[in-house]
Amino acid sequence: MSDFVKIIGVNEEAYDTKTFEFQWDEKAIPGQFIMVWVPGMEEIPMSLSKTGRIKSITVKAIGASTRKLHELTIGDSLRIRGPYGKGFDLTKGKKILIIGGGVGTASVMPAIKESGADAIIGARTNKDVIMDDLGHKYAKNLWISTDDGSMGFHGNAVQLMREKVAENNYEIIIACGPEIMLYYIYQACVELNLDCQLSLERHMKCGAGICGCCVIDDQRVCKDGPVFTKEQISKMKDFGVQKRDECGRILKFR
Amino acid sequence: MLETCIGKLKLEKPGMVASGIMDETGASMVRMLESGAGAVVTKSIGLEPNAGHANPTFTEVKGGFVNAMGLPNPGIKMFKEEMNIAVPKGKIIGSIYGASADDFSKLAITMEEYGASAVELNLSCPHAKGYGMELGTDPKLVGSIVSAVKSAVKIPVWAKLTPNTHILTDIGVAVQDAGGDAVVAINTLKAMVISPEFAKPFLSNKFGGLSGPGIKSVGVRAVYDLGSVLDIPIIGVGGIADWRDAAQYIMAGASAFQIGSAIANKGPTIFDTINKDMIKFMRDFGYSSILDMVGVAHE
Repeated sequence: MSDFVKIIGVNEEAYDTKTFEFQWDEKAIPGQFIMVWVPGMEEIPMSLSKTGRIKSITVKAIGASTRKLHELTIGDSLRIRGPYGKGFDLTKGKKILIIGGGVGTASVMPAIKESGADAIIGARTNKDVIMDDLGHKYAKNLWISTDDGSMGFHGNAVQLMREKVAENNYEIIIACGPEIMLYYIYQACVELNLDCQLSLERHMKCGAGICGCCVIDDQRVCKDGPVFTKEQISKMKDFGVQKRDECGRILKFR
Repeated sequence: MLETCIGKLKLEKPGMVASGIMDETGASMVRMLESGAGAVVTKSIGLEPNAGHANPTFTEVKGGFVNAMGLPNPGIKMFKEEMNIAVPKGKIIGSIYGASADDFSKLAITMEEYGASAVELNLSCPHAKGYGMELGTDPKLVGSIVSAVKSAVKIPVWAKLTPNTHILTDIGVAVQDAGGDAVVAINTLKAMVISPEFAKPFLSNKFGGLSGPGIKSVGVRAVYDLGSVLDIPIIGVGGIADWRDAAQYIMAGASAFQIGSAIANKGPTIFDTINKDMIKFMRDFGYSSILDMVGVAHE
């Protein structure tokens, strides 16, 4: 469950995003996550961006802990525990469209690799697009959207999804990204009568299903998720509306 | 067959969710009640919102888990919303922590207003400075806190005790003498995890508490010891994962039990499983009620 691993590769994905590779023999499925720690940072949950024998995490430097991770290089150790949670079920639909938004792209990359499905990578600008090289390698068709039109489709990932759904008869959408994006993907899936599996996020402590601090309604993101089905999401009153801080207080998204 | 009572408080099923497990929000408490728990003990609630310790706060070890959450909670004022959701659905026991008898009394009064069926005084958390076991290892202080809370509320007052003391039975007697309605034993054992590769403690708080299968036999012994000296009811907790574990606590003297860590691996359905298995055992061995089994190992 908990292990020390040595970093064997570092890849710069974007100006603020790096992938750290390590060898770890634990079995993991696409969509699962680990808890990562080195001294001097808070332990944080990270999705696996590779799930074979060589595994990886893809870290966007957004706070003190992720900046600390960015200081690491080949040969440095990580203390990790996991893998935790329910991953994507890639056997559910025949025709899958996979969508990664921002750094959420890293979390769906193993699912793109395993399924070879069509995929969309959405980002704010061309500088924020990550892992498009891998996406082109693994996906049957890969499309890119940027909010400012600096690369690929000019618009957001949900708009591009609607176009692609109209052209192809997808049965299920698999996605990870900002909750606002996932919220509109879910709404589109309801409207277009598509199934979906979405990877959600909340402030996490134990990671193992005990403390209950990462719940969305009564569902633990760490244990019942992080990947939730359309049916599970349809019962969530918090989804797209509110989350909880580290004290358990409600914070509204808007 | 499974109904039991802790003093005047009746429970339809003997298993409760232990404090700190899936009990920070109203919706998650309702889920646990619907999974077959006889009651849910809330996360320990204090006067003010508390973020708890920074991560890392938890890790797996051989025999269980070590945690130092540091009593995270939204504060008693905001907890009203969660109680409003949970209380109509079943019995909720309000766990509270404070630094003084006055804190505990204020919190207990509010929990009673929110509709709690009882309050559980956290006199045993091993990883929060100035709280928990720092108060709960002094029989005099324990007595004064219990008696203050008793005179402040009408609902039953339970005291959750720490095993990290050589005078556990003295503390139990102090609760009883102060008018406490029940004791809950045990909280986690003081523990620590060091990461050899980094030559540093793993938890941000350095120290934490051990829970899970590794502490079950310690808990059973603590309940047996308390059962030898107390007349008030005992609630057994520590490492329970199946009916056999629960039966040991009951036979050591517990009228009811609580489950925490096992919910991680066995899920909320653990309550239903234990309820069914316990009925089967009771039928096979001729026990007609839980209360028939309480303390039988003493005879």
